[in-house]
Amino acid sequence: MVTIATKPFGQIEVDERQIIDFPEGIYGFEDIKKFVILDANEKSPFKWLQAYDEPDLAFVIIRPIDFMVQYELNVMPEDLEDIGAKSPDDVIVFAIVTIPEDPSRMTANLQGPVLINPKTRKGKQAISLSDKYTVRHYILEEIKKAQVKG
Amino acid sequence: MLVLARKVNESIMIGDDIEIVIIDIKGDQVKLGIKAPKSVAVHRKEIYEEIQKENIAAMQSQLKPDTLKDITDILQTHKEKNIDNYKK
Repeated sequence: MVTIATKPFGQIEVDERQIIDFPEGIYGFEDIKKFVILDANEKSPFKWLQAYDEPDLAFVIIRPIDFMVQYELNVMPEDLEDIGAKSPDDVIVFAIVTIPEDPSRMTANLQGPVLINPKTRKGKQAISLSDKYTVRHYILEEIKKAQVKG
Repeated sequence: MLVLARKVNESIMIGDDIEIVIIDIKGDQVKLGIKAPKSVAVHRKEIYEEIQKENIAAMQSQLKPDTLKDITDILQTHKEKNIDNYKK
């Protein structure tokens, strides 16, 4: 176990095996190469993507399928290879969430999905090849759309 | 930066396997054709910049330990409300 300083929880202990390498970092934060995913509580679809050695740098993330049932990952095969994955089934996909002052207007970035391969513990922010996806999808509106259709 | 003048239907090569063809020029817009191996990612530059900007905005969200609980509650309430509406 190692102790790390986190934005949401202060000092906590994490298992070294929870550390995920991002060889290319995240766009805008290319120097940050290591992150840890933290659960707030098991029932929440939201998680923290905490930078391993930058306590103040943390993102809220959510899996796109948790608010958009018809979500389809569409990235370059090389994005998968870079993290040692052979198929989209090998990776967990997350979207980074932006939370404005009115949290009900929170948005998820599906243009730059975050891919994590739990086996190799490597991650990467890819660029979606599908023009259906933008950097700001209103999460609550997407849920509404899905339920009206469903 | 290397600067080259090209006319319609002319092209430039980048390495052996990437070719950029000038397809059309209209006013201030140039239409480019890009021939590149599948493994080469080709994106408009704005896409990178948009993702970068959005990551910075996400990082600047006012995140507190309670934030996740709050947005989880918002999401749950919203889901339940919409299921009810749908049933009606």
